Amino acid sequence: MVGAVLFVAGIVCMATKRNGIGVLMGVELVLNGANVNFVAFSRYTSLALDGQIISLFVIVLAAAEAAVALAIALNFYNNHMTIDVDRAEELHG
Amino acid sequence: MNGGQLLFYLLATTACVGAVAVVVSQNVVRMAFWLIIALGSTAGLFFLLHADFVGATQLLIYVGGTVVLLIFGVMLTASGPYVQIRTAPAELVLAGGIGTLFLLMIASTVYQVDWEDATRRLAEHAPIDHPQTAYNDAAEGNTVRPLGLALLGTRPDRDLGSDSEGLSTGYLLPFEIASVHLLVVLIGAAYLARAKRRVTPNETP
Repeated sequence: MVGAVLFVAGIVCMATKRNGIGVLMGVELVLNGANVNFVAFSRYTSLALDGQIISLFVIVLAAAEAAVALAIALNFYNNHMTIDVDRAEELHG
Repeated sequence: MNGGQLLFYLLATTACVGAVAVVVSQNVVRMAFWLIIALGSTAGLFFLLHADFVGATQLLIYVGGTVVLLIFGVMLTASGPYVQIRTAPAELVLAGGIGTLFLLMIASTVYQVDWEDATRRLAEHAPIDHPQTAYNDAAEGNTVRPLGLALLGTRPDRDLGSDSEGLSTGYLLPFEIASVHLLVVLIGAAYLARAKRRVTPNETP
């Protein structure tokens, strides 16, 4: 249940925040919700060590994509002087 | 209700409250603070679930690395003090409603599963024994050595003392892939975020 609340909070955060950094925080919440579920299943079922290894890899990969997403956000800020994601209209149809 | 359950409820409450506060906060620095609270509570939950190395890694990398990175990003992309980025209230209500519906759907799925029966049937197929592979017992933290050996490709928690012929799968290949992935990410992010000439509002790009 804790994992579900974290996951849903992360999704709502990603959907509503106009600040680009706020969207990144939502992504972190989503990944943490999944991690809590993995470790809980690792403890209470026969998943044992595999769940903890999976969550280790999730932590590592989440840190990597947070770095890349931050680089993209910095580039966006350099080009537009704002971090508001609603201002990104150059690819608008 | 013993101490363990009380600690679980406390940590679970702070994690959920922190996560909801991240969504509700208007200021991005306050969001970062509540994110630290939420991530620290999940690290506490990991320690409670006998995953000591994962909990320590969570504190090190998430709280001590990723959140610091996010705060650097906030600092480098700071807008003026009177500029408030707000979402329209209609969008907030719609997103909140959809989120609540999604949470209710997940909750109903979770509470409909018969966990006792599923655990019993799983235990018949693959027994839940966590063999002693380290010096301490589980509550004092003994996952570092099995995790390290599994990342090297050996699985002594499965293979020692079992009767089967073959060896269980290790995690050497994902480990190598993850290290190459981190190298690529480092180079890519450093190239993307290199110092460029900033476009000021007076110039035309």
